[in-house]
Amino acid sequence: MFRIQIVTGGKSPIYRQVVDQVRSGIAAGKLTVGDPLPSVRGLAAELVVNPNTIAKAYSILVSEGAVESHQGRGFFVAEQRNIYTKAERLRRLEEALRPAIAEALSLGFDEQELLAQTSKHFHRLTKA
Amino acid sequence: MSDNAIELRRLTRYFSGRAVIRDLDFVVPTGRVTALLGLNGAGKTTTIRILMGLLAPTRGQAITLGEPAMNLPIETRARIGYAVEGHFLYPSMRVQQCRDFQRSGHASWDDRLFNDIVQHFAIDPSARVATLSRGQRAGVSLALVLAPNPDLLVLDDPALGLDPVSRRALNETLIEFAGSGGRTVLLSSHLLDDVERIADRVAVMVGGRLKVDASMDEFRSRVSAFVVRADSFDPARIAAVPGLVEARRWGDRMTLTLADRDSESDAALARLGAEEIEPVDLNFSDAVLSYLTRERADGSFFSTPLAANHAD
Repeated sequence: MFRIQIVTGGKSPIYRQVVDQVRSGIAAGKLTVGDPLPSVRGLAAELVVNPNTIAKAYSILVSEGAVESHQGRGFFVAEQRNIYTKAERLRRLEEALRPAIAEALSLGFDEQELLAQTSKHFHRLTKA
Repeated sequence: MSDNAIELRRLTRYFSGRAVIRDLDFVVPTGRVTALLGLNGAGKTTTIRILMGLLAPTRGQAITLGEPAMNLPIETRARIGYAVEGHFLYPSMRVQQCRDFQRSGHASWDDRLFNDIVQHFAIDPSARVATLSRGQRAGVSLALVLAPNPDLLVLDDPALGLDPVSRRALNETLIEFAGSGGRTVLLSSHLLDDVERIADRVAVMVGGRLKVDASMDEFRSRVSAFVVRADSFDPARIAAVPGLVEARRWGDRMTLTLADRDSESDAALARLGAEEIEPVDLNFSDAVLSYLTRERADGSFFSTPLAANHAD
């Protein structure tokens, strides 16, 4: 089941946490095209956050094309699949790669060994 | 309805020769939840008492729901729900008696809303106030101010001393109220995590002056922090960094918090001659704390963490 959870006191503002979780829900297939999102007031009440914060998160998702607003019926996951911009995809890739490369360096692997391991795992994942 | 529920213009109030609030220009926009933050004694309660017309300002002007606060017509006053600090209720009264007492003073009254809130805080309506916990008293006082369906809700530190369950019930009730169209909330608080959840806007008072008045997102994007590493720090140079809010030292490192950082601040940071300067992620509480810490330190930018005294 798709659920949004937020934390306070984090470096990411609450609206950003909601946007990110809906996006990764779509990317991970937990949300599929046509699935309804909770209503603004419903989600605000569930997460105990200001309704304007949820409305802001949804309007960002709508402007990115990840979500569609159907007048009077609420918000639904949109058709378009490629929900991240190129810059955002790069940013996310870097975020995932940096700790892995740091770990490889601290374990004493060199660039060639790291690249060899990377392509081995890449092929294993894309073959399946 | 006007764009602003509350407008304070150059508001100043002295108590026995000491200014408790100074030249306060502060606006609470209609339909938003505004959180007023500040240390004890920063002037929050005095500000609230003036805008409720309970206290005359020494200078300046307070307009509440379009009327001068000192001469609020009774119809305007009826549109304001106001809860004083500490959730005072008469101990010998039963919850139902509190309800009847309050209802008799109001033209409009929503009994269902009153019951819903009392139930939400798990309060027995026939219980005497004296037997209620602090959290339950908060629930009763919230139900009493919300049942008349006010347009403006003014709460002076409603979460003070509440247990986590009552705090959540309070937040849920406020979100329900704020989400039901065009209604305005002004609350003072010390609970930064709760403020992050429920507020649209944040105002920070430091020593009787308003230091921050911004939307939550604006506030976050306008405050930034850097860790600076150096063998020695020149206090004069650090104090000269434009926009400096707080400088906190840990051994050979110093965390500098800046407001509205620009190219001049960057140039001033570069002139510190530090070995390393690195931006750090700042969360909402950190940003507010930077402002409040400075007040605690008597206006000095420099604060020293406890452990740092033993570090070198």
